[in-house]
Amino acid sequence: MEGLESILARYPKYQRDNLIPILQDVQEAYGYITEEAIIYIGRHLLLSTTKIYGTASFYSNLRFSSKGKYHFEICHGTSCHLIESGSIISEAERIMKIKAGQVSRDGMFSLEKSACLGACGAGPLLTINGEYHENINISTLTQLIANLKNS
Amino acid sequence: MLFTIEVNNKQIKALKGETILSALNRNGISVPTLCYMPKLSPTGACRMCVVEIEGKSDLIPSCSFPVEEWMKIRTHSPRVIKARKTLVELLLANHPDDCLYCVRNTNCELQKLASEHNVRERRFHGRKSVLKLDQSCAPIVRDPSKCVLCGRCVRVCSEIIGVSTFEFTNKGIDTAVGTTYGKPLNLSNCITCGQCILECPTGALYEKESFSLLQETLHNTEIYPVIQCSPSVSVAIAEEYGIKAGKDFQGLLFAALRKIGFRKVYDTGFGNDINALNVATELADRIRNNEKLPMFNSCCPAWVKYAEQYLPELLPQLSQQRSPQQLMGRLIKQNLFTANSISPEKIFSVSVMPCTAKKFEAQRQEMTFNSVSDVDMVLTTRELAKLFRLNGIDFTAGESELADSPFGIKSTASRLYGISGGVAESVLRSLHFQLTGIEMPQVKVPKIRGLKARKDVRIQMGDFEVGVIAVSTVIQLQQVLKEIESGKSVYHLIEVMACPGGCINGGGQPFTKDENALTARMKAIYDSDEKDSVKSAHKNPGINEAMRLIIKELEGNETHNKFVATFEKRSVLL
Amino acid sequence: MENGYYLPMQRFLTREILSRQSEPPDKEELEIISFFRHERIKNPILFLGSASCGKVSGASKLHEEILEYLNIYGINGEIHEVGCIGLCSMEPLLDIQIPGKTRVSFAKVNSDNLTDILDGVFNNTIISDFVLGQYRSDFLEPWPHTPFIEELHFFKYQKRLILRNCGIISPGIIEEYIAKDGYRRFIKAIRTYAPEKVCSIIEESGLRGRGGSGYLTGQKWRAALTTADDQKYLICNADESDPGAFMDRAIMESDPHTVIEGMAIAAYAIGASRAILFMREEYKLAKERMQLALQQAKTYGILGEDIFKSGFNLTITIRTAPGAFILGEETALIACLEGKRANPRQKPPYPAQSGFQKKPTVVNNLKTLANIPLIMQNGPLWFRSIGTEESKGTKVFCLTGKTVNTGIIEVAMGTTLKEVIFIIGGGIPENIPFKAVHVGGPLGTALTEDKLDTALDYEGLRKVGANMGSGGLVVIDHNGCMLDLARFYMEFLQHESCGKCIPCREGTRRMTEILTSITKRPANESSHETLERFKGIMQLESLAGVIKETSQCGLGQNASNPVLSILQQFRTEVEEHIFDRNCKAGVCKELRVFFIDTDKCTGCTVCAKKCPTNAIIGTPTNPHFIVENKCIGCGICYETCKFVAIFVK
Repeated sequence: MEGLESILARYPKYQRDNLIPILQDVQEAYGYITEEAIIYIGRHLLLSTTKIYGTASFYSNLRFSSKGKYHFEICHGTSCHLIESGSIISEAERIMKIKAGQVSRDGMFSLEKSACLGACGAGPLLTINGEYHENINISTLTQLIANLKNS
Repeated sequence: MLFTIEVNNKQIKALKGETILSALNRNGISVPTLCYMPKLSPTGACRMCVVEIEGKSDLIPSCSFPVEEWMKIRTHSPRVIKARKTLVELLLANHPDDCLYCVRNTNCELQKLASEHNVRERRFHGRKSVLKLDQSCAPIVRDPSKCVLCGRCVRVCSEIIGVSTFEFTNKGIDTAVGTTYGKPLNLSNCITCGQCILECPTGALYEKESFSLLQETLHNTEIYPVIQCSPSVSVAIAEEYGIKAGKDFQGLLFAALRKIGFRKVYDTGFGNDINALNVATELADRIRNNEKLPMFNSCCPAWVKYAEQYLPELLPQLSQQRSPQQLMGRLIKQNLFTANSISPEKIFSVSVMPCTAKKFEAQRQEMTFNSVSDVDMVLTTRELAKLFRLNGIDFTAGESELADSPFGIKSTASRLYGISGGVAESVLRSLHFQLTGIEMPQVKVPKIRGLKARKDVRIQMGDFEVGVIAVSTVIQLQQVLKEIESGKSVYHLIEVMACPGGCINGGGQPFTKDENALTARMKAIYDSDEKDSVKSAHKNPGINEAMRLIIKELEGNETHNKFVATFEKRSVLL
Repeated sequence: MENGYYLPMQRFLTREILSRQSEPPDKEELEIISFFRHERIKNPILFLGSASCGKVSGASKLHEEILEYLNIYGINGEIHEVGCIGLCSMEPLLDIQIPGKTRVSFAKVNSDNLTDILDGVFNNTIISDFVLGQYRSDFLEPWPHTPFIEELHFFKYQKRLILRNCGIISPGIIEEYIAKDGYRRFIKAIRTYAPEKVCSIIEESGLRGRGGSGYLTGQKWRAALTTADDQKYLICNADESDPGAFMDRAIMESDPHTVIEGMAIAAYAIGASRAILFMREEYKLAKERMQLALQQAKTYGILGEDIFKSGFNLTITIRTAPGAFILGEETALIACLEGKRANPRQKPPYPAQSGFQKKPTVVNNLKTLANIPLIMQNGPLWFRSIGTEESKGTKVFCLTGKTVNTGIIEVAMGTTLKEVIFIIGGGIPENIPFKAVHVGGPLGTALTEDKLDTALDYEGLRKVGANMGSGGLVVIDHNGCMLDLARFYMEFLQHESCGKCIPCREGTRRMTEILTSITKRPANESSHETLERFKGIMQLESLAGVIKETSQCGLGQNASNPVLSILQQFRTEVEEHIFDRNCKAGVCKELRVFFIDTDKCTGCTVCAKKCPTNAIIGTPTNPHFIVENKCIGCGICYETCKFVAIFVK
């Protein structure tokens, strides 16, 4: 894992326009934006942690808690919505016993709604840890989750 | 350049480059605002100030749109009114319906807007955001459910004060004003200055109230309630009664305090004198030894908290003297014990301050003696007015009274503590004597007076030139520190006040929309500096006589350090 | 550059531009150019559709299988990963070109038919079951009995200008782009035109912003050019966050050099030495390909210091968006680049005067910039000849929803909706009647059948109350519910509003609630919800009006469009939902009422056990009964009943 110092060393000090790239790098390295990171970034950019948190929390791709072992993103774009990705999301929520945006208590699963995964021809779509699964329906979803649980 | 525009079918003059709102206001036409802050650039968030401009299909926010020559504006057309009313209704739809229980009832901008727009029906129903009440911080309570997201607290904290405790978090319907990771305020970098309370249009931010508890104490015969009152309170409290600022009501205030049951009423001004004298002595020592300079004042608890959080390396340079409130608190209990044999546990010592941070200061761990607090309760000016109302007292009616002795005498310099620059001026008067052995020829230091955020002066004292700067708000301090670091400026005394203008504009003062209120409060204080003949702390006979005894006695009891302030690095999320 | 064609390529790049190179091209140069144009090839080339849509459909696996096939049969063929021709529903696509023959394209290739297809082509036969068509060429012999691609309905009615290279050339090989006259326009511009002249050309062409606003691009540039400052910025906005539009991604993945060239010319025209390509973080592949392309362009000296000795410097950096729909608004985008919350601000001042870091900044949509190289090549008059009176050129749309062909298309401005949906899109599958088409994403408008003759250009759409917006076209058939779609967009918007101004933040929230209450059964009849339903329409209309006229930015101002359009055009459907509690399309599941047919029910108790609200009562082996007040209409009983005893009213 890349240390905070070496991430920050890539960016000149006190230039706030680097804030988003730094946050993205931190998330890449740690999986989410840690409290420690915010303090370090604050010192590097001479920026209050509140400002950093306020900015970071605006953007949906930046997160403040770790993902589950299996991170599900279910497409909820317009096209997928028309072919009922909504009910796939609620089914996933039901099986994982979490709401979209949360991590299950055992840390196995996390679930997120995605705006559009960009392959409308093959919807409904979902990705598990970035790997695409196309033409999902409730039974394939149940199967996918069951397989992961057993593995 | 002036040009003419048409507003509501009448011609008015507008200046090139100004906003529509400013042109309207100068011509006496008012439009409602919520997020607008006169001293800062507009954000255009609340849309309450929208007006109709001929030729534009949308309504235009007057606060952030430059005025142009061709404009024909309608400020109160049915279309505008409908839009504003809907906006208010939308805010109300996400606002707790508990006005009668709200601290800002009858004094709330949202309430006022609703009433002005004649909102008489609940048009929008639905879910309200329920957010957690934060009572963690000693002086400030935050109720985010009542927040209308105008952003004024965010902006005053970061753009005027320079701390940035609050920021908008999340987006869309989840937008909220919050701290880093939504942590409670006591773990945040808040310096408790309370300026956010003054800015908040609703009851989302308010001081932690303690006066209702006080009522019981006042009527408990077992307990001996005493009170000290800061000079900045008496020049502002009358505004709570609708009286225009500009007059000092100290004598009447003392009388009223006795009426509601305080056994002794003291003037914190006496503490100011001791503080000024001791700071001057300390500074003279440091100048002679050329160490720990520049010296900083430590009488503003918000500034002290800021230093402990952000500038731990500067802590040794802070004056080691306790603040006037805490000095007085210690002295009051000690004196009542030695002179009247009242045990400290029985005494309930209250102080009235223009400040919210003083509530925090009174709770600091070192501010106790044998496990008894030096000051038991701190009220803000606003709370005191409420206490008077609760007791059915109109303090403006009655005869003036004096403060109780032995702390009744004070110099006029003590009054100056209320204004940014006043501490420095007061200290200079005594410093001159300390350094040279002669009185300062001209005690008034005009260069360090007024409401400017930063004022400095260099004064020759014998063969030594003393450099003094007074800054209010830490944003100014940050600038000054940079200059010092770069070697551009050299100072011996730096006076820091957290609130813009000093204590007369403290976070505990009455809410006011009157732009001239501050100037008037300031004038009342400067006026009183003219009145008396004792103009310097070191010439206060009270200190010379009565006080020496007590201090000596304390020294014998190995407790002399109980007058010394201690500071330590504070770890919070910065 | 060691590969031997660097120098000829350099010569080709500057031919006819630098006067000293007026001598005719040498043989080597001609050979290399025709090689990269695939006019004369020595070995078979297999072009595999490898944009994200292709990869989702299994292109990566296919790649390995093709390699294996080539190995087994000892065929000395190359596999080129190309982008996307826009036919998402036909992926994975595989084109094969063998020496001497035209390039032929196969659709929906998978492990099962791959061997057959390859066997066929390498034995000079084409299996017509899988073939899509062949590409016309003046140099190569066509395949018999195989349609030409451009004759297919999907392509015939398109006018592919900015998509011309997509799916055709390899995004990873800059030489292919140069061989198609790439970057020559840029070099010509910086060597022979003043920036002012470039602005004039674009102004004259009538090109308007493709991000939705329709502002004249040339004018925007001129405003920035004439603002004096030592540093200016060009920002290419490729952060398409409309859920259901992905043209920018497809272009970046398929033809990254067009984007770079467009940006470079624009930067030159406004006097910016720094340009930023701002794209969605999710577009990993697009970012990779753009980075590679930037690297290649630098190697050829197309980017960097003193480009082709013109004195013009340009660096292009890629920044990825951390995720927010509002970033489509230019001031919000600039705030994000500055490391702040992406709150739009009041204009004026416009970014062209004071933008990124308070410097003059032009923010152009990627699709706008992709037009620039073509306009510079063919001249403004050529561009003006395409499209309609007010809207020049072409427009890229993302056609999704219920059509036979879905994907990315480009048509001349003024093409009608009918042509797009029923000819290019191939109509609605299974002959289900058409209901509406939603134009322009979450801030867009639904158009009904009577508006199908609407011309797709700025004015034509404005006439019917719609906006070009992001260029999303979502086709809805009779099984779709308009209220549900409006609710979907509203819910999206209430989360994607920046939250700064009251009308947008609070208004979208209340509108979502009203729409939700209409598409749901009231939990409790006595509560305010009943009244809410009835007052629904009135409230929605008045709210929509205020949100529209008081919001600060385009998001708020257009947020109520989807709702207003269904209120106007689908009033009956809305009223059915409210008064009859009936969703004819059966989409609003929570409005359904279920009954048990007592004759068919065997009393197996399965449904009663599964019911989440215990709304089904009955004793084993006896017919069960659904308590209407308790039923939430989830339909679990309906799905679990083995005896078809449960029916929907």
